[in-house]
Amino acid sequence: MINKTVANAEEAVKDVFSNAVLMFGGFGLSGIPENSIKALLKKDLKGLTCISNNAGVDDFGIGLMLQKRMVKKMISSYVGENAEFERQLLSGELEVELIPQGTLAERVRAGGAGIPAFFTPAGVGTEVAEGKEIREFDGKLYLLERWLKADFAFVKAWKGDTAGNLIFKGTARNFNPMMAAAGKITIAEVEELLPAGELNPNEIHTPGIYVQRIFQGKDYEKRIEQRTVRK
Amino acid sequence: MLNKDQIAQRIAKEVKNGQYINLGIGIPTLVANYIPDNLEVVLQSENGLLGIGPFPTEDKVDPDLINAGKQTITMTKGSALFSSAESFAMIRGGHVQLTILGAMEVSENGDIANWKIPGKMVKGMGGAMDLVASADNIIVAMQHCSKDGQSKLLKECSLPITGIRCVKKIVTDLAVLDVLPEGGFKLLERAPGVSVEEIQSKTEGKLVVEGEIPEMTFEV
Repeated sequence: MINKTVANAEEAVKDVFSNAVLMFGGFGLSGIPENSIKALLKKDLKGLTCISNNAGVDDFGIGLMLQKRMVKKMISSYVGENAEFERQLLSGELEVELIPQGTLAERVRAGGAGIPAFFTPAGVGTEVAEGKEIREFDGKLYLLERWLKADFAFVKAWKGDTAGNLIFKGTARNFNPMMAAAGKITIAEVEELLPAGELNPNEIHTPGIYVQRIFQGKDYEKRIEQRTVRK
Repeated sequence: MLNKDQIAQRIAKEVKNGQYINLGIGIPTLVANYIPDNLEVVLQSENGLLGIGPFPTEDKVDPDLINAGKQTITMTKGSALFSSAESFAMIRGGHVQLTILGAMEVSENGDIANWKIPGKMVKGMGGAMDLVASADNIIVAMQHCSKDGQSKLLKECSLPITGIRCVKKIVTDLAVLDVLPEGGFKLLERAPGVSVEEIQSKTEGKLVVEGEIPEMTFEV
Protein backbone atom coordinates (compact mmCIF):
# COMPACT_ATOMS: atom_id res chain seq x y z
CA MET A 1 0.00 0.00 0.00
CA ILE A 2 1.30 3.47 -0.82
CA ASN A 3 2.02 5.42 2.34
CA LYS A 4 0.64 8.99 2.14
CA THR A 5 1.60 10.03 5.65
CA VAL A 6 3.42 13.29 6.31
CA ALA A 7 4.69 14.34 9.73
CA ASN A 8 2.51 17.37 10.35
CA ALA A 9 0.52 20.26 8.86
CA GLU A 10 3.62 22.36 8.16
CA GLU A 11 5.14 19.63 6.01
CA ALA A 12 1.81 18.99 4.30
CA VAL A 13 1.48 22.62 3.12
CA LYS A 14 5.18 23.20 2.33
CA ASP A 15 4.78 23.75 -1.42
CA VAL A 16 1.60 25.84 -1.42
CA PHE A 17 2.39 28.92 -3.51
CA SER A 18 1.02 32.44 -3.91
CA ASN A 19 -1.82 32.89 -6.44
CA ALA A 20 -2.74 29.21 -6.11
CA VAL A 21 -6.35 27.98 -6.25
CA LEU A 22 -7.26 26.25 -2.98
CA MET A 23 -10.31 24.28 -1.89
CA PHE A 24 -11.40 23.94 1.73
CA GLY A 25 -13.94 21.40 2.96
CA GLY A 26 -16.47 22.37 5.60
CA PHE A 27 -19.93 23.81 6.12
CA GLY A 28 -19.82 26.83 8.38
CA LEU A 29 -17.10 25.84 10.85
CA SER A 30 -18.07 22.15 10.82
CA GLY A 31 -15.55 19.85 9.15
CA ILE A 32 -13.02 22.54 8.26
CA PRO A 33 -9.29 21.66 8.01
CA GLU A 34 -8.26 23.60 11.13
CA ASN A 35 -4.65 22.37 11.20
CA SER A 36 -3.93 23.09 7.55
CA ILE A 37 -5.39 26.60 7.84
CA LYS A 38 -3.14 27.30 10.85
CA ALA A 39 -0.11 26.07 8.90
CA LEU A 40 -1.00 28.21 5.87
CA LEU A 41 -1.23 31.27 8.12
CA LYS A 42 2.47 30.85 8.99
CA LYS A 43 3.47 31.07 5.31
CA ASP A 44 3.97 34.25 3.33
CA LEU A 45 1.21 33.71 0.79
CA LYS A 46 -0.70 36.21 -1.33
CA GLY A 47 -3.29 36.28 -4.10
CA LEU A 48 -4.97 33.01 -3.18
CA THR A 49 -8.29 31.96 -4.68
CA CYS A 50 -10.25 30.04 -2.07
CA ILE A 51 -13.15 27.77 -2.96
CA SER A 52 -15.17 27.03 0.15
CA ASN A 53 -18.89 26.99 0.91
CA ASN A 54 -18.36 29.67 3.57
CA ALA A 55 -15.59 32.09 4.51
CA GLY A 56 -15.24 31.31 8.20
CA VAL A 57 -15.83 33.90 10.90
CA ASP A 58 -13.63 36.87 11.80
CA ASP A 59 -11.34 34.98 14.16
CA PHE A 60 -11.58 31.40 12.93
CA GLY A 61 -11.27 29.32 9.78
CA ILE A 62 -10.74 31.10 6.48
CA GLY A 63 -11.58 34.35 8.30
CA LEU A 64 -8.02 34.21 9.69
CA MET A 65 -6.59 34.05 6.15
CA LEU A 66 -8.68 37.09 5.22
CA GLN A 67 -7.30 38.96 8.23
CA LYS A 68 -3.79 38.33 6.87
CA ARG A 69 -4.79 39.56 3.37
CA MET A 70 -3.79 36.24 1.83
CA VAL A 71 -6.96 35.89 -0.22
CA LYS A 72 -7.63 37.60 -3.55
CA LYS A 73 -10.87 35.83 -4.39
CA MET A 74 -13.50 33.75 -2.58
CA ILE A 75 -15.78 31.34 -4.41
CA SER A 76 -18.61 30.46 -1.99
CA SER A 77 -22.36 30.09 -1.58
CA TYR A 78 -22.79 32.00 1.70
CA VAL A 79 -20.39 34.45 3.32
CA GLY A 80 -22.29 36.06 6.21
CA GLU A 81 -21.01 36.27 9.77
CA ASN A 82 -17.71 37.92 8.87
CA ALA A 83 -17.10 41.66 9.34
CA GLU A 84 -13.55 41.69 7.92
CA PHE A 85 -14.83 39.90 4.83
CA GLU A 86 -17.44 42.62 4.40
CA ARG A 87 -14.89 45.39 4.83
CA GLN A 88 -12.50 43.93 2.23
CA LEU A 89 -15.34 43.29 -0.20
CA LEU A 90 -16.71 46.84 0.04
CA SER A 91 -13.22 48.34 -0.28
CA GLY A 92 -12.53 46.28 -3.39
CA GLU A 93 -9.58 44.36 -1.89
CA LEU A 94 -11.45 41.09 -2.17
CA GLU A 95 -13.29 39.59 -5.11
CA VAL A 96 -16.24 37.28 -4.47
CA GLU A 97 -18.07 34.86 -6.72
CA LEU A 98 -21.31 33.62 -5.16
CA ILE A 99 -22.62 30.30 -6.43
CA PRO A 100 -25.78 28.39 -5.48
CA GLN A 101 -24.74 25.77 -2.94
CA GLY A 102 -25.84 22.76 -4.97
CA THR A 103 -24.13 24.16 -8.06
CA LEU A 104 -20.94 24.66 -6.05
CA ALA A 105 -21.07 21.08 -4.78
CA GLU A 106 -21.70 19.72 -8.28
CA ARG A 107 -19.04 21.91 -9.95
CA VAL A 108 -16.48 20.54 -7.50
CA ARG A 109 -17.78 17.00 -7.95
CA ALA A 110 -17.55 17.46 -11.74
CA GLY A 111 -13.98 18.72 -11.40
CA GLY A 112 -12.93 15.56 -9.63
CA ALA A 113 -14.95 13.30 -11.90
CA GLY A 114 -13.74 14.56 -15.29
CA ILE A 115 -17.03 16.19 -16.32
CA PRO A 116 -16.18 19.63 -17.76
CA ALA A 117 -19.72 21.05 -17.60
CA PHE A 118 -23.31 20.16 -16.80
CA PHE A 119 -26.80 21.67 -16.90
CA THR A 120 -28.66 22.63 -13.72
CA PRO A 121 -31.98 24.41 -13.09
CA ALA A 122 -30.55 26.44 -10.17
CA GLY A 123 -30.28 30.13 -11.00
CA VAL A 124 -32.37 30.19 -14.18
CA GLY A 125 -33.97 33.65 -14.47
CA THR A 126 -31.58 35.13 -11.88
CA GLU A 127 -28.35 37.10 -12.08
CA VAL A 128 -26.46 33.80 -11.66
CA ALA A 129 -27.51 32.94 -15.22
CA GLU A 130 -26.00 36.09 -16.76
CA GLY A 131 -23.58 35.21 -19.55
CA LYS A 132 -24.26 31.47 -19.28
CA GLU A 133 -25.71 29.18 -21.92
CA ILE A 134 -29.37 28.32 -21.29
CA ARG A 135 -30.94 25.26 -22.86
CA GLU A 136 -34.39 23.71 -22.69
CA PHE A 137 -34.77 20.02 -21.87
CA ASP A 138 -38.25 18.47 -21.80
CA GLY A 139 -39.89 21.87 -21.41
CA LYS A 140 -37.75 23.21 -18.57
CA LEU A 141 -34.83 25.64 -18.71
CA TYR A 142 -31.35 24.80 -17.43
CA LEU A 143 -28.06 26.64 -17.40
CA LEU A 144 -24.60 25.41 -18.21
CA GLU A 145 -22.11 25.35 -15.35
CA ARG A 146 -18.43 24.38 -15.56
CA TRP A 147 -16.28 22.21 -13.36
CA LEU A 148 -14.05 23.56 -10.59
CA LYS A 149 -10.58 22.22 -9.82
CA ALA A 150 -7.85 23.30 -7.44
CA ASP A 151 -4.08 23.25 -7.12
CA PHE A 152 -4.51 22.11 -3.51
CA ALA A 153 -7.58 20.76 -1.71
CA PHE A 154 -7.66 20.73 2.10
CA VAL A 155 -10.05 18.28 3.70
CA LYS A 156 -10.75 17.14 7.23
CA ALA A 157 -11.96 13.66 8.14
CA TRP A 158 -12.76 11.85 11.38
CA LYS A 159 -10.64 8.77 10.73
CA GLY A 160 -8.09 8.03 8.06
CA ASP A 161 -5.39 5.49 7.31
CA THR A 162 -1.87 5.74 5.96
CA ALA A 163 -3.19 4.80 2.50
CA GLY A 164 -5.28 8.01 2.49
CA ASN A 165 -8.67 6.36 2.94
CA LEU A 166 -11.09 8.61 4.83
CA ILE A 167 -14.21 8.28 6.99
CA PHE A 168 -16.19 11.37 7.94
CA LYS A 169 -18.46 11.92 10.91
CA GLY A 170 -21.92 13.48 11.06
CA THR A 171 -22.56 16.55 8.94
CA ALA A 172 -18.83 17.32 8.96
CA ARG A 173 -18.66 15.38 5.68
CA ASN A 174 -20.35 18.12 3.56
CA PHE A 175 -17.96 19.33 0.79
CA ASN A 176 -14.95 17.28 1.88
CA PRO A 177 -15.38 14.18 -0.33
CA MET A 178 -15.84 16.12 -3.59
CA MET A 179 -13.00 18.49 -2.80
CA ALA A 180 -10.69 15.54 -2.08
CA ALA A 181 -11.23 14.40 -5.66
CA ALA A 182 -10.97 17.88 -7.23
CA GLY A 183 -7.54 18.81 -5.88
CA LYS A 184 -4.34 18.23 -7.86
CA ILE A 185 -2.70 17.80 -4.45
CA THR A 186 -5.20 16.81 -1.76
CA ILE A 187 -4.12 17.19 1.85
CA ALA A 188 -6.23 15.35 4.41
CA GLU A 189 -6.04 15.93 8.14
CA VAL A 190 -7.73 13.46 10.45
CA GLU A 191 -8.64 13.19 14.11
CA GLU A 192 -7.38 9.62 14.18
CA LEU A 193 -4.72 8.27 11.80
CA LEU A 194 -4.54 4.48 11.64
CA PRO A 195 -2.27 2.01 9.86
CA ALA A 196 -3.55 0.75 6.49
CA GLY A 197 -5.84 -2.21 7.12
CA GLU A 198 -7.34 -0.87 10.33
CA LEU A 199 -10.34 0.75 8.65
CA ASN A 200 -13.18 -1.41 7.37
CA PRO A 201 -13.08 -1.09 3.55
CA ASN A 202 -16.90 -1.30 3.52
CA GLU A 203 -17.14 1.90 5.51
CA ILE A 204 -14.70 4.15 3.65
CA HIS A 205 -16.28 7.34 2.26
CA THR A 206 -13.29 8.70 0.31
CA PRO A 207 -10.87 6.18 -1.24
CA GLY A 208 -7.19 6.98 -0.77
CA ILE A 209 -6.61 7.43 -4.50
CA TYR A 210 -7.82 11.02 -4.12
CA VAL A 211 -5.51 11.84 -1.21
CA GLN A 212 -1.83 12.71 -1.78
CA ARG A 213 -0.90 13.60 1.83
CA ILE A 214 -2.44 12.70 5.17
CA PHE A 215 -1.51 13.69 8.69
CA GLN A 216 -2.70 13.32 12.25
CA GLY A 217 -4.35 16.61 13.23
CA LYS A 218 -4.12 18.00 16.73
CA ASP A 219 -5.82 20.42 19.14
CA TYR A 220 -9.15 20.45 17.33
CA GLU A 221 -11.24 23.35 18.54
CA LYS A 222 -14.38 22.47 16.50
CA ARG A 223 -15.98 25.79 17.22
CA ILE A 224 -19.80 25.89 17.21
CA GLU A 225 -21.49 28.85 15.51
CA GLN A 226 -25.03 28.40 16.83
CA ARG A 227 -25.04 26.41 20.03
CA THR A 228 -28.72 25.50 20.33
CA VAL A 229 -29.95 23.23 23.12
CA ARG A 230 -33.20 22.09 24.71
CA LYS A 231 -33.79 21.66 28.40
CA MET B 1 -52.85 38.76 12.51
CA LEU B 2 -50.71 35.70 12.98
CA ASN B 3 -47.42 35.72 14.86
CA LYS B 4 -44.45 33.71 13.58
CA ASP B 5 -45.40 30.60 15.52
CA GLN B 6 -48.96 30.71 14.19
CA ILE B 7 -47.67 31.03 10.62
CA ALA B 8 -45.56 27.93 11.27
CA GLN B 9 -48.53 26.18 12.88
CA ARG B 10 -50.72 26.89 9.83
CA ILE B 11 -48.04 25.67 7.40
CA ALA B 12 -47.71 22.45 9.40
CA LYS B 13 -51.28 21.59 8.33
CA GLU B 14 -50.00 21.27 4.74
CA VAL B 15 -47.59 18.50 5.69
CA LYS B 16 -48.60 15.02 4.57
CA ASN B 17 -47.68 11.63 5.95
CA GLY B 18 -44.56 10.10 4.41
CA GLN B 19 -43.07 13.31 3.03
CA TYR B 20 -39.39 14.24 2.83
CA ILE B 21 -39.24 17.95 3.69
CA ASN B 22 -36.64 20.72 3.59
CA LEU B 23 -37.23 23.56 6.03
CA GLY B 24 -35.50 26.89 5.48
CA ILE B 25 -34.06 29.15 8.15
CA GLY B 26 -36.39 31.30 10.32
CA ILE B 27 -40.15 30.67 10.48
CA PRO B 28 -39.85 27.47 8.37
CA THR B 29 -37.64 25.90 11.06
CA LEU B 30 -40.49 26.47 13.55
CA VAL B 31 -42.83 24.33 11.41
CA ALA B 32 -41.11 21.22 12.83
CA ASN B 33 -42.61 22.06 16.24
CA TYR B 34 -46.17 21.76 14.90
CA ILE B 35 -46.07 18.64 12.73
CA PRO B 36 -48.62 16.26 14.31
CA ASP B 37 -47.12 13.26 16.10
CA ASN B 38 -49.19 10.83 14.04
CA LEU B 39 -47.40 11.85 10.82
CA GLU B 40 -44.17 10.15 9.80
CA VAL B 41 -42.05 12.68 7.94
CA VAL B 42 -38.31 13.06 7.38
CA LEU B 43 -36.63 16.46 7.55
CA GLN B 44 -33.70 17.05 5.20
CA SER B 45 -30.81 19.34 6.03
CA GLU B 46 -28.95 20.37 2.88
CA ASN B 47 -25.56 20.13 4.57
CA GLY B 48 -25.99 16.37 4.48
CA LEU B 49 -28.62 14.77 6.72
CA LEU B 50 -31.98 13.09 6.34
CA GLY B 51 -33.71 12.81 9.70
CA ILE B 52 -33.21 16.01 11.72
CA GLY B 53 -34.17 15.48 15.35
CA PRO B 54 -34.79 17.99 18.14
CA PHE B 55 -32.09 20.30 19.47
CA PRO B 56 -29.71 18.36 21.76
CA THR B 57 -29.62 18.53 25.52
CA GLU B 58 -26.47 20.26 26.79
CA ASP B 59 -24.59 16.96 27.28
CA LYS B 60 -25.36 15.76 23.72
CA VAL B 61 -24.09 18.82 21.81
CA ASP B 62 -21.89 17.64 18.90
CA PRO B 63 -19.97 20.15 16.72
CA ASP B 64 -20.04 17.55 13.93
CA LEU B 65 -23.83 17.57 13.83
CA ILE B 66 -25.42 20.83 12.70
CA ASN B 67 -28.29 21.92 10.46
CA ALA B 68 -28.10 24.30 7.50
CA GLY B 69 -28.56 27.22 9.91
CA LYS B 70 -25.41 25.99 11.70
CA GLN B 71 -27.42 25.14 14.83
CA THR B 72 -26.50 22.05 16.82
CA ILE B 73 -29.06 19.26 16.29
CA THR B 74 -29.68 15.57 16.88
CA MET B 75 -30.62 12.75 14.50
CA THR B 76 -33.83 10.73 14.51
CA LYS B 77 -33.90 6.94 14.30
CA GLY B 78 -33.28 5.87 10.70
CA SER B 79 -31.22 8.92 9.79
CA ALA B 80 -28.75 8.99 6.92
CA LEU B 81 -25.68 11.18 6.43
CA PHE B 82 -24.18 12.16 3.07
CA SER B 83 -22.12 14.74 1.20
CA SER B 84 -23.31 18.12 -0.11
CA ALA B 85 -23.22 16.76 -3.69
CA GLU B 86 -25.51 13.87 -2.73
CA SER B 87 -27.73 16.27 -0.80
CA PHE B 88 -28.34 18.53 -3.77
CA ALA B 89 -28.66 15.56 -6.11
CA MET B 90 -31.67 14.46 -4.06
CA ILE B 91 -33.00 18.04 -4.08
CA ARG B 92 -32.58 18.62 -7.82
CA GLY B 93 -33.71 15.06 -8.54
CA GLY B 94 -37.11 15.86 -7.06
CA HIS B 95 -36.86 13.41 -4.16
CA VAL B 96 -37.51 16.06 -1.52
CA GLN B 97 -41.27 16.52 -1.80
CA LEU B 98 -41.92 19.71 0.13
CA THR B 99 -39.80 22.83 0.55
CA ILE B 100 -40.78 25.52 3.03
CA LEU B 101 -38.83 28.75 2.97
CA GLY B 102 -39.01 32.43 3.77
CA ALA B 103 -39.22 35.26 1.25
CA MET B 104 -38.77 39.01 1.02
CA GLU B 105 -41.08 39.23 -2.02
CA VAL B 106 -43.23 36.91 -4.14
CA SER B 107 -44.76 37.88 -7.47
CA GLU B 108 -48.19 36.88 -8.75
CA ASN B 109 -46.61 34.40 -11.19
CA GLY B 110 -44.71 32.65 -8.38
CA ASP B 111 -41.28 34.31 -8.67
CA ILE B 112 -39.48 34.56 -5.33
CA ALA B 113 -36.87 37.03 -4.07
CA ASN B 114 -35.16 36.15 -0.81
CA TRP B 115 -31.39 36.43 -1.10
CA LYS B 116 -30.20 39.93 -1.81
CA ILE B 117 -31.12 43.55 -1.07
CA PRO B 118 -29.35 46.12 -3.28
CA GLY B 119 -27.18 48.43 -1.20
CA LYS B 120 -26.86 45.92 1.63
CA MET B 121 -24.02 43.46 2.19
CA VAL B 122 -24.64 40.37 0.08
CA LYS B 123 -24.35 37.22 2.14
CA GLY B 124 -25.07 34.75 -0.63
CA MET B 125 -27.88 32.52 -1.78
CA GLY B 126 -26.73 29.37 0.00
CA GLY B 127 -28.94 26.52 -1.16
CA ALA B 128 -32.04 28.61 -1.86
CA MET B 129 -31.63 28.80 -5.65
CA ASP B 130 -31.16 25.04 -5.96
CA LEU B 131 -34.19 24.37 -3.76
CA VAL B 132 -36.60 26.72 -5.52
CA ALA B 133 -35.47 25.61 -8.98
CA SER B 134 -36.08 21.97 -8.18
CA ALA B 135 -38.98 21.43 -5.77
CA ASP B 136 -42.45 20.71 -7.14
CA ASN B 137 -44.12 21.94 -3.99
CA ILE B 138 -42.86 25.17 -2.46
CA ILE B 139 -44.63 26.90 0.42
CA VAL B 140 -43.46 30.34 1.47
CA ALA B 141 -43.70 31.72 5.00
CA MET B 142 -43.54 35.52 5.03
CA GLN B 143 -44.92 38.78 6.35
CA HIS B 144 -47.60 40.22 4.05
CA CYS B 145 -46.11 43.73 4.21
CA SER B 146 -42.75 45.30 4.96
CA LYS B 147 -42.22 47.20 8.21
CA ASP B 148 -43.19 50.45 6.45
CA GLY B 149 -46.43 48.92 5.17
CA GLN B 150 -45.44 48.10 1.56
CA SER B 151 -46.98 44.96 0.10
CA LYS B 152 -44.57 42.05 -0.42
CA LEU B 153 -47.02 40.17 -2.65
CA LEU B 154 -46.36 41.94 -5.91
CA LYS B 155 -47.11 42.02 -9.62
CA GLU B 156 -43.37 41.68 -10.19
CA CYS B 157 -40.55 41.31 -7.69
CA SER B 158 -38.46 44.46 -7.26
CA LEU B 159 -35.55 42.69 -5.55
CA PRO B 160 -33.11 40.32 -7.30
CA ILE B 161 -34.86 37.03 -8.04
CA THR B 162 -33.98 33.71 -6.39
CA GLY B 163 -36.15 31.60 -8.70
CA ILE B 164 -38.91 31.97 -11.27
CA ARG B 165 -42.47 30.59 -11.31
CA CYS B 166 -41.88 28.26 -8.41
CA VAL B 167 -43.98 29.28 -5.38
CA LYS B 168 -47.21 27.28 -5.01
CA LYS B 169 -48.60 28.49 -1.68
CA ILE B 170 -48.00 31.40 0.69
CA VAL B 171 -48.83 31.73 4.37
CA THR B 172 -48.49 35.28 5.68
CA ASP B 173 -49.48 36.97 8.93
CA LEU B 174 -52.75 37.92 7.19
CA ALA B 175 -53.75 35.09 4.85
CA VAL B 176 -53.24 31.75 3.13
CA LEU B 177 -53.00 32.08 -0.64
CA ASP B 178 -52.32 29.84 -3.62
CA VAL B 179 -50.30 31.10 -6.57
CA LEU B 180 -52.41 30.26 -9.63
CA PRO B 181 -50.68 28.65 -12.63
CA GLU B 182 -52.10 31.40 -14.86
CA GLY B 183 -50.90 34.07 -12.41
CA GLY B 184 -52.54 35.72 -9.40
CA PHE B 185 -52.84 35.12 -5.66
CA LYS B 186 -55.97 33.10 -4.85
CA LEU B 187 -57.17 33.92 -1.35
CA LEU B 188 -57.98 30.74 0.60
CA GLU B 189 -58.13 31.77 4.25
CA ARG B 190 -58.02 34.91 6.38
CA ALA B 191 -56.15 35.28 9.65
CA PRO B 192 -58.48 35.72 12.64
CA GLY B 193 -59.90 39.24 12.68
CA VAL B 194 -58.52 40.20 9.25
CA SER B 195 -61.00 41.22 6.54
CA VAL B 196 -60.86 40.45 2.82
CA GLU B 197 -60.73 44.21 2.24
CA GLU B 198 -57.62 44.56 4.38
CA ILE B 199 -55.91 41.70 2.52
CA GLN B 200 -56.95 43.27 -0.79
CA SER B 201 -55.54 46.64 0.21
CA LYS B 202 -52.24 45.06 1.27
CA THR B 203 -51.77 42.89 -1.83
CA GLU B 204 -50.24 44.77 -4.76
CA GLY B 205 -50.39 41.79 -7.13
CA LYS B 206 -53.63 40.42 -8.56
CA LEU B 207 -55.78 38.98 -5.75
CA VAL B 208 -58.44 36.43 -6.73
CA VAL B 209 -61.35 36.21 -4.29
CA GLU B 210 -64.08 33.66 -4.97
CA GLY B 211 -67.03 33.22 -2.61
CA GLU B 212 -66.80 33.37 1.16
CA ILE B 213 -63.26 33.29 2.53
CA PRO B 214 -63.10 31.33 5.79
CA GLU B 215 -61.18 32.46 8.83
CA MET B 216 -58.32 30.19 9.91
CA THR B 217 -58.88 28.02 12.91
CA PHE B 218 -56.26 26.77 15.33
CA GLU B 219 -56.71 23.78 17.53
CA VAL B 220 -55.22 24.47 20.93
